[in-house]
Amino acid sequence: MTNEVLLSARQLTKRFGGLAAVNEVSVDLWQGRIHAVIGPNGAGKSTLTNLLSGDLPPTTGTVTLGGADVTGHKPEKISRCGLGRSYQKTNIFLPFTVWDNVRLAAQSRAPQAWRWLSRATGFAQTNERAERALELAGLTPRRNAVAGIISHGEQRQLEIAMTLATEPQVLLLDEPLAGMGVAEAERMVQLLLKLKQAHAMMLVEHDMDAVFALADHLTVMVNGQVIASGLPAAVRGDSAVQAAYLGEEH
Amino acid sequence: MSTAKANIETLPRGVQVALALGLVALAAFPFVGSDFYAQMVARMMIMAIFAMSLDLLQGVTGLVSLGHAAFFGIAGYALAFMTPAGEPVSLWWTLPLAVLGSALAALVIGFFVVRTHGIYFIMVTMAFAQMVFYLFFDNKALGGSDGIYVNFKPNGGFFDLDNKLVFYYFTLACLLGVYFFLRRLLFSPFGRALAGIRVNEHRMCAMGFGTFGYKLAAFTLAGALAGLAGYLWGAQTGYVNPELMGFHMSAHAIMMVILGGMGNFAGAIVGAFAFEYVLHVFKDLPTVGAFRLGKHWQLWMGLFIVLLVVFAPRGILGLAGKLLQRKGVSHDQ
Repeated sequence: MTNEVLLSARQLTKRFGGLAAVNEVSVDLWQGRIHAVIGPNGAGKSTLTNLLSGDLPPTTGTVTLGGADVTGHKPEKISRCGLGRSYQKTNIFLPFTVWDNVRLAAQSRAPQAWRWLSRATGFAQTNERAERALELAGLTPRRNAVAGIISHGEQRQLEIAMTLATEPQVLLLDEPLAGMGVAEAERMVQLLLKLKQAHAMMLVEHDMDAVFALADHLTVMVNGQVIASGLPAAVRGDSAVQAAYLGEEH
Repeated sequence: MSTAKANIETLPRGVQVALALGLVALAAFPFVGSDFYAQMVARMMIMAIFAMSLDLLQGVTGLVSLGHAAFFGIAGYALAFMTPAGEPVSLWWTLPLAVLGSALAALVIGFFVVRTHGIYFIMVTMAFAQMVFYLFFDNKALGGSDGIYVNFKPNGGFFDLDNKLVFYYFTLACLLGVYFFLRRLLFSPFGRALAGIRVNEHRMCAMGFGTFGYKLAAFTLAGALAGLAGYLWGAQTGYVNPELMGFHMSAHAIMMVILGGMGNFAGAIVGAFAFEYVLHVFKDLPTVGAFRLGKHWQLWMGLFIVLLVVFAPRGILGLAGKLLQRKGVSHDQ
């Protein structure tokens, strides 16, 4: 089971005018593995995430999700095919409570999503799904807090909880540890390790300790291109990577 | 500190009590007020239905439409066309047909406009409404700039709208029906999705919601309910003209919703009553020396709205909620 490719992108290119933000990039996401993508700012990591999730259509290249071609499909359609993503900049419903945020995410998978006259909070399956996601992300004690006033770290947890509530098979996480304290980051790493077993995951992250603790496969991007891809240990030793990226920081 | 709902959707206890008292006053009004004022209150209730229908778009879904009056007018015209010259027409089939007409128009126009966002949505809704306005304004066959008379008020057997008392209570029943329907809808899965679209449409798409369908459904439903109000307006005044679909009518509805407080429908009702009442007061202002204050009512209305937005950004309902909270639960309005 752990060798099954759930998402596969081939030769993805995204041009903004003359600039190729992502240039001929191919990635595979396997069930049960974390594929980390690293690179300096402006390397095209977030653009790649947006191409996979449908937020941006690729200029050329293909994306297959669970064996079906989803190239150029809208985000809502790709989401329904089993892909969930989180955002680098916290993208939640600030005036709603934590619970309402997660419940709304869970509702997107409910057959009753279009009902007009029944109470939204009255659907057991939706509530259970939301409850599970809340529990996994460790937010159950904060369920009644308004999302706009909880701490930054908690908002990052909520971001993940909302993604989980749609029960995706493939997870794209764009810098889930950004701006987190040491303890919060450690909790998030534990959560991601737990999620890895049941998901195919792509992790875009700047925190190198977390990346090397989590990644089963590592891809390094610079200026929109992949300069190395493989097992983390091998990539770490790659001279091109050290020169272009790791060398500058370490 | 954490509250279950920090937004204005749930009404504070004090406001609920005040609204219930208001309902009692409305139910008793025809027996204590003069005929003239009872008619005025009936008109206020019609405008309240219209304002609530807009609130579904503006306060709940976050779509500010500057063309909502088009659907109000279409149903009014539908009644005028369906009423023969010599006898009243049945309420039971003309009301659903008129509402359906408005809903269909909203479905077609909505198909184009809900793809746009923000300022562009405001622009295209206005453009479509102006097209409808001039379609009726320039066509003699559709009544032209003079409009059309509705010679007889619709008759529904027991509900003969020609009887002013029956009309009053029929309108009140419609007001309550629409209010409770929309309150229920607000907390349904569909209503929660609309609120989600208002707050963060991008995330809604990422979570798998096809927001186009939700927005189109809301736009169509809002158009249908505006049609109900327009039908009642046509029946009450016995006359429809292109002004009903005009820019001013749409703008007044927006002001009513802002005036009362957005996103909870009760605010739209309060706003409609307040707007119509203030309008009445300003138009009746006396002449001081050579200056006719009443003639310049738009000036006073403008000032009033500006002051209210500055001092009560959440509308009358928000202000009332705050005052009632400060005093504990008092029954003061």
